Amino acid sequence: MILNMGPQHPSTHGVLRVILEIDGENIVRIMPDIGYLHTGIEKTCEAKFYQQIVTLTDRIDYLCPLTNNLCYVLAVEKLLGLEIPPKAQWIRVLLNELTRINSHLVWLGTHALDIGAMTVFLYCFREREDILRLFEMVSGQRMMTSYFRIGGLALDPPIGFFEKTREFSNRFPSKVDEYENLLTGNPIWGMRTKGVARITAEDALALGASGPTLRGSGVDFDLRRDMPYSGYENFKFKIPTSTDGDVFARYICRVQELRESNTIVQQALDGMPEGPTKADAPKVVLPDREKMKTQMEALIYHFKIITEGFAVPEGEIYQAVESPRGEMGYYVVSDGTAKPYRVHIRAACLANLQALPTMCEGRLIADVVAAIGSIDIVLGEIDR
Amino acid sequence: MALAPAITDLDQLKGHPAIGNLLAWNPAVVEGAKFDREEITIYVEHSFIREVCVLLRDNPECPFNFLADVTCVDWYPREPRFEVVYHLLSIPKKERVRLKVRLQSDSPALDSVTPVWAGANYFEREVFDLFGVRFIGHPYLRRIQMPEDWEGHPLRKDYPVEGYR
Repeated sequence: MILNMGPQHPSTHGVLRVILEIDGENIVRIMPDIGYLHTGIEKTCEAKFYQQIVTLTDRIDYLCPLTNNLCYVLAVEKLLGLEIPPKAQWIRVLLNELTRINSHLVWLGTHALDIGAMTVFLYCFREREDILRLFEMVSGQRMMTSYFRIGGLALDPPIGFFEKTREFSNRFPSKVDEYENLLTGNPIWGMRTKGVARITAEDALALGASGPTLRGSGVDFDLRRDMPYSGYENFKFKIPTSTDGDVFARYICRVQELRESNTIVQQALDGMPEGPTKADAPKVVLPDREKMKTQMEALIYHFKIITEGFAVPEGEIYQAVESPRGEMGYYVVSDGTAKPYRVHIRAACLANLQALPTMCEGRLIADVVAAIGSIDIVLGEIDR
Repeated sequence: MALAPAITDLDQLKGHPAIGNLLAWNPAVVEGAKFDREEITIYVEHSFIREVCVLLRDNPECPFNFLADVTCVDWYPREPRFEVVYHLLSIPKKERVRLKVRLQSDSPALDSVTPVWAGANYFEREVFDLFGVRFIGHPYLRRIQMPEDWEGHPLRKDYPVEGYR
């Protein structure tokens, strides 16, 4: 029998349609069908100035907009050969780790909800609200932050931001204990997740899976540690891995990552360097409002950047960062003009989703829900 | 910070594990190479792409065991028009390499690498869908993002950004 699951099914986390060929309760074949959220962002990028695209990158993945911002601006900065001041780099790391916590909290809440644990959802969204308030404080927006700019940050973080962040990060580990109390030792949770939707390290590698989906199968690889970017080499953190390759292994990896991300946040707060948050590149970085109103030259640069953009030297860059879901990559090709010739986004979820048939075939329908939750998909990123 | 000029001389780049390996196997597969902004690009003759991928994946010294990405760039109206771009990653050696295959505009097609990495499946379907490049030997070459009955390939440069076609 053919069973159609989605695209309007709550446990598919958006508009994923899964076509199931079933024999009783057992799955014979499973085929994900995507494209319901295709917005053509890659095409739109070709018609925008480099600096305008930052706002488009937010819309790709609503759970980690800042990671998308970072990956894109890093790629363009490499094309330009820009040097970013340390303070801007550290704030980028700090916000990226908060984003990772935010994304994992939504994942944990909805994943547990899918499997039937209602309470965890409420607990997770309580802490997520705190993080969204921090984002609002720093960028004016809760979700579509667009806070990073080519050459640095949009503006300095406001007074009191670091104190508020420290307050949050001090109380956060006890909150992770609360989630773990509810789930990790819970026998029902164990029965729904242990041994379910297994994938071996070889299969995961061949399928291009990355992030916690790959680390849950025992491959110890994380771009933040192994190919550092934006100053990650200055931080000490552990990469949680597990060798079981099942839903529980991926759960454990992400929950440990919550704690590790919090230690990175604390390190960033402790060692925050002083200095400017924008690169010294008047042709690329917008001048301060004050200077723009008082200095002729600044006004001219401001007018030029807004109306004509800035030319980026010919070339191409593939920049990859570790998003909460795995390897996110931006491939930017420049033909020497103020608009990119091509922007391609390597979506971690698109590759991770390909692992779904390997995980589910031969198992029960109820396990599909657990498997989809465990690879943490965001359809906006898959379809772009 | 000034940008260093790109190195395109094959003799200078022979030391890179991927290029050295390919040249030792068959010098005809490497059409050219480029080292620019710390990234290495190898232009591969289009009929050899699958063999090249197998060779790079199974090279014991520096196994490029992870296919990060497959995409395409349309250089319309220039010929060869399409550049299919592969980004490979070596997880043990922490190295990246970019492979490029150039294709003419009349019925662009090349061998699929899905038999080498199962993960190439969706990426190749996406390139087929949005650029109209066909992958020979792909198990299920159907549109993935656009509707089944869509006409045209949206990411081609002769496809308008706004309005109707």
